[in-house]
Amino acid sequence: MGEAKFDNPTEALLARHSAPRKGSDWAEATRHAARERTLGMGAAGRRDEYWRYTNPTALNAAEAPDVEIMQLEEVPVFDGVEKLLVTFVDGVYAPEQSDDLSGEGLEISTLEEALSADIHWASDVFGVLEGNGQSPVKRPFAALNTALAGQGVVIRATGKVSKPVALRYCRENTTSDAVLHHVVRVESGADLNILENGAGASRLNTVMEVDVAKGGTFHHLRAQGRDHARLAATAIFARLGAESHFKSFTLTVNGVLTRNEVVIDINGDDTKASVAGACLGDGDFLHDDTIFITHDAVNCESRQVFKKVLKNGATGVFQGKILVQPDAQKTDGYQISQGLLLDDDSNFLAKPELEIYADDVACSHGSTCGAVDENSLFYLMSRGVPRAEAQNMMIIAFLDEAIQEIEDEVLADDIRARLSGWAERHKT
Amino acid sequence: MFEIKNLKASLEDEDKQILKGMDLKINPGEVHAIMGPNGSGKSTMSYVAAGKSGYVVDEGEVLLDGADLLDMEPDERAAAGLFLAFQYPVEIPGVGNMTFLRTAVNSQRKMRGEEELNAAQFLKIVRAKAKSLKIDADMLKRPVNVGFSGGEKKRNEILQMAMLEPKMCILDETDSGLDVDAMKLVSEGVNALRDGKRSFLVITHYQRLLDHIKPDVVHIMADGKIIKSGGPELALEVENNGYADLLNEVA
Ligand SMILES: Nc1ncnc2c1ncn2[C@@H]1O[C@H](COP(=O)(O)OP(=O)(O)OP(=O)(O)O)[C@@H](O)[C@H]1O
Ligand SMILES: [Mg+2]
Repeated sequence: MGEAKFDNPTEALLARHSAPRKGSDWAEATRHAARERTLGMGAAGRRDEYWRYTNPTALNAAEAPDVEIMQLEEVPVFDGVEKLLVTFVDGVYAPEQSDDLSGEGLEISTLEEALSADIHWASDVFGVLEGNGQSPVKRPFAALNTALAGQGVVIRATGKVSKPVALRYCRENTTSDAVLHHVVRVESGADLNILENGAGASRLNTVMEVDVAKGGTFHHLRAQGRDHARLAATAIFARLGAESHFKSFTLTVNGVLTRNEVVIDINGDDTKASVAGACLGDGDFLHDDTIFITHDAVNCESRQVFKKVLKNGATGVFQGKILVQPDAQKTDGYQISQGLLLDDDSNFLAKPELEIYADDVACSHGSTCGAVDENSLFYLMSRGVPRAEAQNMMIIAFLDEAIQEIEDEVLADDIRARLSGWAERHKT
Repeated sequence: MFEIKNLKASLEDEDKQILKGMDLKINPGEVHAIMGPNGSGKSTMSYVAAGKSGYVVDEGEVLLDGADLLDMEPDERAAAGLFLAFQYPVEIPGVGNMTFLRTAVNSQRKMRGEEELNAAQFLKIVRAKAKSLKIDADMLKRPVNVGFSGGEKKRNEILQMAMLEPKMCILDETDSGLDVDAMKLVSEGVNALRDGKRSFLVITHYQRLLDHIKPDVVHIMADGKIIKSGGPELALEVENNGYADLLNEVA
């Protein structure tokens, strides 16, 4: 698949993947519209306002890179938790490595199955939230995803879902180029947890559309694997109804290039949303969180808490926006992004944005970047803690505000253990 | 035995010498006190001994049982038996007090080739010691010194000292910020650690603390040196007359 065949680089992008299995009319119409959207906006480039810090070249390239598959000896993330396991290998659903697609309080099927149904609730969500999320900021990889994705899960939570749905992304092929698209609806008063774990592919493009009805609760926890040279472009689009709760947390260790976008529309009053992330990068590592939260309802709260630990030339990027529409009175918006640089070669680039059209709001935002505090380090060392270990304690402490956004203590401790493991492996 | 020999030290960033030839010798089991005007270099001496960065040692030695502390990293000095109770204990958000204390105790044990304490053993010891210092379980769970009152921070320093069982303890103004009862508590904590071998250097501005922790020797420090040493009566003299006469004597 040479790029030369195409006049338009965006067409080359669309031709990169084989066409997904044909769906029913509504699904194909949605895909077609996404294809048009993709062509219309063109490929992501450095001149785009939201791609200034992050070079999308590797994400746009014709081929996915050859990425060594990391063999892990440790207990897999979320191992101890009871869950409904759904496995994808190189971006393809693997039923033999998955649990039965059924569970208390939910309906779950593959994307393929849902898109082939003539009538399906997912038609109100699939490509719809992604499409809505394309303005004012365009998100070419997400549009591409809707146009091309043939794999994913479709989940409807109708009550209290007893076990989290765990999406496990495995790798077998060193050059896989995967596209996954998940569609989630949390009905009124229902409660759903989704876990995601693994690098999933050499180059992974995921979209998760999450529609939360009045009083629904959605929690999402993700660990993006440990494979070093892998690329990822992910996007979460959420539409939140009144009195709903939304939480998403991402742990990223390693990974040469990661772009995680989260786009949240708060549509109903008295809603709470939190997006958080902790990332740790050593060397050839660029991690980009690009968040856009729109408040369009009264008395809602949103939080963005992002912490990045960077060493040996690693780069962290944070672009976070809070948009408060004129009627969104009593909005409480909080945003913090912090980089902890373990040496002079590393970089943290932050672009916090507030755009507020309502007058009765409380929004606070802060961004800091600095080294480990020498006074604290000395205090710890003076009690006998060796420098490397003291530094690791400071790293874990630095990340803790983000970890605290995770509601489930057992899961939070699992994430803490991963952070400690990384810090230990990368200690100086 | 703890010895400071002709210690001269300057600030790293400025060409300014703070310690100008300090000498001190503390035998095992002794309690010495240092008094001296603000800015005379008392805290600097304790920082240099403990290995804080930002200072350059121009000359001299700091020895603990013959080992040269100045060659060691701060954690190695701690494992060698030195403990400094800070004048201003540091708040460290995100690091749990208990985790910190256990890591510290076990790091030192490891460095000395001793067996590490498991969680249960550690908890038992720390609870007992915390109780005698009236540090409640809630304080132990909180991040290191975060949200502690001035007096609570000082008690936490003494708890750390009690857990680490050092050979040589430097207490930098541990009495400041303590109410009368806390002062008694802290003094009892210190006295409980007196075993005839462990040595103490108590930096203070007030005689009051020395009523509780009885010093064998009192030193007066001024402008980076010890200018006079004597018995407990020297502290009383300072209390009554201030430093003016003492400073004039040497001038
Ligand atoms: N990091 C530093 N930067 C600048 N000056 C310093 C620094 N550390 C110490 N000094 C100076 O060195 C001198 C000695 O300070 P030090 O804190 O040792 O005094 P001290 O005897 O402990 O005083 P106090 O009784 O007020 O606690 C002071 O003049 C102080 O301003
Ligand atoms: Mg002082």
